[in-house]
Amino acid sequence: MSTFRSIVFSSVIAGFIVGLIVTAVQQFGTVPLILRAEVYEKAAEHKHEASAQPQAILVHDHADHDHGAEAWEPKDGLERNLYTAGANILTAIGFALLLCGFLAVRSGATGEPISWHQGLMWGLAGFAVFTIAPGLGLPPELPGVPTAPLLSRQIWWTIAVLATAAGLGLIVFRRSMPAAIAGVVLIMLPHLIGAPELEHVETNVPSSLSHQFVVAVTLTSLVFWSLLGSLTSAAFAYFDRPASA
Amino acid sequence: MSQSQTAQAQHLPVATRQVGRLAQSLMAMTLGLFIVGVVGFSHIDVIHNAAHDVRHSNAFPCH
Repeated sequence: MSTFRSIVFSSVIAGFIVGLIVTAVQQFGTVPLILRAEVYEKAAEHKHEASAQPQAILVHDHADHDHGAEAWEPKDGLERNLYTAGANILTAIGFALLLCGFLAVRSGATGEPISWHQGLMWGLAGFAVFTIAPGLGLPPELPGVPTAPLLSRQIWWTIAVLATAAGLGLIVFRRSMPAAIAGVVLIMLPHLIGAPELEHVETNVPSSLSHQFVVAVTLTSLVFWSLLGSLTSAAFAYFDRPASA
Repeated sequence: MSQSQTAQAQHLPVATRQVGRLAQSLMAMTLGLFIVGVVGFSHIDVIHNAAHDVRHSNAFPCH
């Protein structure tokens, strides 16, 4: 089987399983907190609509497009959860393709298949790169908490991810003192520059709820990356075995 | 994959097979990034609303 097909097969199978499991985990972890925060978010919107002051823009940085009457959104309940499951599966397949690409290059270079345990380590690296590093500067946010403009946060998030991935790569694969120092500096750099944030944050979402959400997102993400790393590598080791074997 | 293709692949020098593997891996990784980008980062309203809870749960920057 070609490498590309092995990667796609492994990623689709692992991504499907992990997406479903994570959807179930989210139903107990993050989703109830999102729904509770939306009650505060809607209350704040109504209050500002009633007083008709331009501050509404501060409370919700683009309320006009997110919850406008024109834009379709799934109905609460089953429909919303089905879209969440679909989006989780797609996200898991996407990250699995990325991860499996690295596994394929790595096993091609060493000539050894990647074990599920090595895959788990790669998954934990994904956790550090995609959850821990961007989450330090931009902690997981509940709906209804005002934030800096979306595009600036997306750019900082991307920079933090790239810098952390490159930094970890230098530390793990170069194995020299200068490379290790450069790696640590590279990981720190986006945080020294600082993530975009608002000067004044005013929200009626309780801070205890926000704190619970940070914990729930981080733990869910740990489950996601541990499973994705080990399942993707196990599937890839199976599909990528030599044709003669 | 047919047997002749497999045999051919085995006759290629190691370096060539490595390049093929690298290119295919990069293709898969690009596809993965594209999928994550659309689900997690697209500014299109309908995609945002469909994936809303997933974006928040993954701490992707959202509204």
